[in-house]
Amino acid sequence: MKVLVPIKRVIDYNVKARVKADKTDVDLANVKMAMNPFCEIAIEEAIRLKEAGMATEVVAVTIGNKSSQEQLRTALALGADKAIHIETEEKLESLHVAKLLSKIVEQESPELVILGKQSIDSDNNQTGQMLAALTGRGQGTFASKVDIQAGTVNVTREVDGGLQTVALKLPAIVTTDLRLNEPRYASLPNIMKAKRKQLDVIAADSLGVDLAPRVQLVEVNEPEKRSGGIIVEDVATLVEKLKTEAKVI
Amino acid sequence: MKTLVIAEHDKGVLKPETNKTITAAVKLGFDVDLLLAGENLSAISEQAASIAGVSNVLIADDASYAHQLAENLADLVLSLADNYSHIVASATTTGKNFMPRVAALLDVAQISEIIDVIDADTFKRPIYAGNAIATVKSLDSKKVITVRASSFDVASEQAPVSVTSVTGKGSVGLSEFVSEEQTESERPELTAAPVVISGGRGMQNGENFALLNGIADKLGAAIGASRAAVDAGFVPNDMQVGQTGKIVAPDLYIAVGISGAIQHLAGMKDSKVIVAINKDPDAPIFQVADYGLVADLFDVLPELESAL
Ligand SMILES: Cc1cc2nc3c(=O)[nH]c(=O)nc-3n(C[C@H](O)[C@H](O)[C@H](O)COP(=O)(O)OP(=O)(O)OC[C@H]3O[C@@H](n4cnc5c(N)ncnc54)[C@H](O)[C@@H]3O)c2cc1C
Ligand SMILES: Nc1ncnc2c1ncn2[C@@H]1O[C@H](COP(=O)(O)O)[C@@H](O)[C@H]1O
Repeated sequence: MKVLVPIKRVIDYNVKARVKADKTDVDLANVKMAMNPFCEIAIEEAIRLKEAGMATEVVAVTIGNKSSQEQLRTALALGADKAIHIETEEKLESLHVAKLLSKIVEQESPELVILGKQSIDSDNNQTGQMLAALTGRGQGTFASKVDIQAGTVNVTREVDGGLQTVALKLPAIVTTDLRLNEPRYASLPNIMKAKRKQLDVIAADSLGVDLAPRVQLVEVNEPEKRSGGIIVEDVATLVEKLKTEAKVI
Repeated sequence: MKTLVIAEHDKGVLKPETNKTITAAVKLGFDVDLLLAGENLSAISEQAASIAGVSNVLIADDASYAHQLAENLADLVLSLADNYSHIVASATTTGKNFMPRVAALLDVAQISEIIDVIDADTFKRPIYAGNAIATVKSLDSKKVITVRASSFDVASEQAPVSVTSVTGKGSVGLSEFVSEEQTESERPELTAAPVVISGGRGMQNGENFALLNGIADKLGAAIGASRAAVDAGFVPNDMQVGQTGKIVAPDLYIAVGISGAIQHLAGMKDSKVIVAINKDPDAPIFQVADYGLVADLFDVLPELESAL
C-alpha cells in the first residue's frame, strides 16, 4: 500500500503572526517557518503504517515556493521514501491545492492519502475534503485513530459530541487531528541520509490546473484588542466585581 | 439569488449553531431555505420552520443521512445546489466535514468560518489562530460558506413556514457509519452556554475537574478544557476550547490553570468577560483577562464555590 502525505510550510506555531502596516497581509518576512503541525502528525502516521508492515512506500508532497523543499527534506528525514515538490510562487487556495494534489494522486495511485486537518495559517480546513471529492473517494476527517482492514479503513473521528467511527472503502482520504499520534524527531543520521533521497520538482502550471484566484484578499486587520484588565486581590473581590461591575453573575 | 442553509441536529433537537447560522444567512440579503437531512425529522422540522428568517424547510428523510456522512450529505446538497447562489452551514465538525466536499464538487472555493457578512460576496474571517482578521471577497458565482456561530446572535421566532420533502440519491457507497461514543453531560453545551469554566494542565488530573463542577452548577456553566488537559487524558476531546477545538464566546469565561497559549486564546478571546485563575503572575492568559486572580487554584476554587 502506497501512502501519499501532502505537507505544508507555514509559520511556526509558537510565533504570533503580525499584520503588515499597509494591511495587505500578514508579515512573514524573517519569521520562523516550519511544517504545519497537523502535517507532522500525518507523516508520523504514514511512517507508523510502514513500520507496522501495512504501507510499502510513503511519498511526501508539497505545493509552494523553493523554500518549502526544507519541509520536504524534514519529511524525508522522518522516514518518507520520496518527495515531490510542486513549485509555484503563487499563494494558492485550498481548491487549487486539492486540484494539484488530485493530479499527483492520478500519477502515484496511493491507496491512502493522509493530510493535516487544517493549516494553522489559513485555518481553512478544506483541502483533504476537497481532494476526496475530486478523486471520488471517501473521507475520514479529524482522525484520532486509523485502522487498516482488508479493502477498508476504519477511521475514528474527533467530532463535537465525542468520537465517531466510520468505515471507508479503500482508496480513501484521511485528515489528522492532534491526538492521532505524537510525532517523532528526526535523528541526525536520518537528516544526513535524507539529503540523498529522491526529490522530484514539478512546475505547478505544467499540471493543467486552472490556478486563477477564486477569492480576493481585500484587507487584513489586527483583531480587536481587549482593553487591559485588572488583577484582583482575592475571591471576594472577584465575585463582587463580577456582580456589580461586569454584571455577568 | 437564494440561500440554502444546511441544518445540524442531534437526537431530535436542532443545534443552537444552526439558529445563529441562519442569522448570518439572513444578512446575505436573500430568501433562506433550511435543509434538514436525517431520519425521523418531524419534531425538528417544526422547530426549524419557526426560526425567523427561514422561508422554507426542506426535509430529506433517509437512513443514509442519519449520521451526516460527508459523502452522502454532500451529494444531497449538490443535487439541490442549482437553485441557490449561497450554500451555508455552521463551522461545526459536521459542517467542516461535508461543506468543502460540496464546494469542490461545485468547483468553487469555500469561505471558512466567517465572523461577519459585509455584503453578499464579502466576508470577514479569522486567520493565523485569530491573530489577524481577513476581509475576503468571493469571485465565484456560487458561494459555499461556513459560519462561526459564536459570532452571530440567536435568531428570533416566527409563525411556522411550509415544509417540503426532497429526495437525494441516499448512500453513494463510499463510507459507512460504524459507531459513536458520545459524551453524556447534563450541562449546557459548550458553544451555547452563557458561562464557561475551563481547566488546564494546572488541574493536574481528571478527578480534580470535580472542583469545577460545583461552580459550574451555581453559574449554569459548561465545562471546557485546554488541549493540554485533553491530551493528558483528564477530560474527553469534545471539551477542548481553541483554534482546533471549539470556539466559544460566552458572557463569562473562567480559565483555571491555563497558561493562555495562542491556540487556546483563539477559541475564547471573544468572550465578553474573561476571568483567569493562575498561580503564575506572568502567564499570558492575564493579558486577555478582565479580572485576574494570581493564586493556587486548589485554594481558591472551593472559596469561589462557596462565595457564589
Ligand atoms: C497545531 C496546534 C493546535 C493547538 N490547538 C489548541 C487548542 O485548540 N486549544 C488549546 O487549548 N491548545 C491548543 N494547542 C496547544 C497549546 O499550544 C498549549 O500547549 C496548550 O493550550 C497549553 O495548555 P495549558 O494552558 O492547560 O497548559 P500549560 O501551558 O502547561 O499551562 C498550565 C498553567 O497552569 C498553571 N498552574 C499550574 N498549577 C497551578 C495551580 N495549582 N494553581 C493555579 N495555576 C496553576 C501554570 O502556571 C500554567 O500557566 C495547540 C497546539 C498546536 C501545536
Ligand atoms: N500547499 C500545500 N501543499 C501540500 N499540502 C497542503 C498544502 N496546503 C494544504 N495542504 C494539506 O492540506 C491540509 C489542510 O490544509 P487547509 O485545507 O489549507 O487547512 C494540510 O495540513 C496539508 O496536509
